[in-house]
Amino acid sequence: MRIHVPLVLLLLLTLFSCEREERRFRQAPSAASTKDTVQVSGLHPGGGPPQGSPQLPSYYQESAYAVNEGKRLFNQYNCSGCHANGGGGIGPPLMDRGWIYGSEPGNIFATVMQGRPNGMPSFRNRIPEYQGWEIVAYVRSLSGQLPSDVAPARSDDAYFKPSEESMPKQTPTGITGVPEQKK
Amino acid sequence: MKRAAQLGCATVAIMLSAACCQAQQSAMNPAGPQAGKIEWLFWVIFWIAFVVYVLVIIAFTRASTRNRVREERPVPVLENPPGERGAAIAVHSALAITVITLFSILVMSIITGEKVEGITSKNPVTIQVTGHQWWWEVTYPNLQADQTVITANEVHVPVGKPVVVLTNSADVIHSFWPPNIHGKHDLLPGYQNAFWMQVDQPGIYRGQCAEFCGYQHAHMGFAIVAESADDFSKWLEQQRKAAETPHDPETSRGEQVFLGHACVMCHTIRGTTAGSRMGPDLTHLASRHMIAAETLPNTRGALAGWIVDPQSIKPGSQMAPNPLDPDELNALLAFLQSLQ
Repeated sequence: MRIHVPLVLLLLLTLFSCEREERRFRQAPSAASTKDTVQVSGLHPGGGPPQGSPQLPSYYQESAYAVNEGKRLFNQYNCSGCHANGGGGIGPPLMDRGWIYGSEPGNIFATVMQGRPNGMPSFRNRIPEYQGWEIVAYVRSLSGQLPSDVAPARSDDAYFKPSEESMPKQTPTGITGVPEQKK
Repeated sequence: MKRAAQLGCATVAIMLSAACCQAQQSAMNPAGPQAGKIEWLFWVIFWIAFVVYVLVIIAFTRASTRNRVREERPVPVLENPPGERGAAIAVHSALAITVITLFSILVMSIITGEKVEGITSKNPVTIQVTGHQWWWEVTYPNLQADQTVITANEVHVPVGKPVVVLTNSADVIHSFWPPNIHGKHDLLPGYQNAFWMQVDQPGIYRGQCAEFCGYQHAHMGFAIVAESADDFSKWLEQQRKAAETPHDPETSRGEQVFLGHACVMCHTIRGTTAGSRMGPDLTHLASRHMIAAETLPNTRGALAGWIVDPQSIKPGSQMAPNPLDPDELNALLAFLQSLQ
């Protein structure tokens, strides 16, 4: 009996990564639209418990497929046109810590769906809500807010120099290479 | 023996039926000189293999039935047994025949390949085919940008004239394979490939992606429409036009539905403000005979099903579901069906 315990533990371990590969193709259109219930501030008059703001549904945070779809849509819907793979340009960067309108899933969802003054267009009625959540998941992955096992790899064109394999051989110099000899 | 004869007759019958049926997607039914040469090579190799197979079976049967030792007795080992020389000659000549046969097949394959690629003409029609997950973008480039025709999943070619096909891919590797017309040609991202193609028999031939490319690879089809030079230039002229402005209120409303919903995020209709190139160009959608990469007939019902719930028809496809109100959907369908 004792021999089987590690085996069972090993099998149990495999269950943890199941959500990562989950792929939902046929997503039901949400009955109650979340666009009107998004709360973009934690402050509210009268005290008491905060009103529920829509959280990023856990599927989008845990499925590598959903985050990757978010990355595809981010480029196809030309978010890169202003945010440039997260680095920013016409629009603010998305891979840093600075969030003008909040970094919570609900905030980013509201930003995408409602738009923001000074240039952010509204995607309401132009993209289905599940795609909005996929984009939210990808945008959050840019600043490391998602587990690294679901975050997609950086695009090749986002690197500022070619890969080391494709560079000519270089000899290390100075402090990064061979320690300098004392004379 | 009688059973073997029956089996042989059945095999020949199946082969003949495969060879003579007018299949829309079959290398056995060539519609052009290139597929004809490929088919010729197929039958040559087939009959050589058939003869080899029969000879091997005869030799095997003979070897397993003759000189059977029925008693248990020690077989004497001899230094130079009788018949050894004859057997050696037989083995060597069989080897020589095999090598000669394989080399002849190699030479015939090379010659066929040369002939298939050796078609040229002056001022050919040039067609750019770009693979997408999971559909085909077909462009007829023109030096004047507004004369360029962009369509999807339908390659129109003039009959009897060689055309140049340029291939490329927007995402992963696909393969362009119209078996009635030509062999397979891979579509590689970031790499322009080119080949000649000629269709002699007018008709509609189905082609298929032949390189696994994701969820809907098996439903990534296209059509080659071969028509007379006159019909082809008429078609091209029609495709060059922008979409007409809707005349009646229903179609006009449909245009507004199109421009006000998710359609506009991926599709182009020239003549309107819709200009995204992520999905197929829909400027002349109603002129195509199939939709969704040769998966559904271009009927009102199929179109409605495809717009509302594409993920149940082709799971994983990049077309998003569109939960439209019934009157919006009807208006949209009227608009899309007016795009001749």
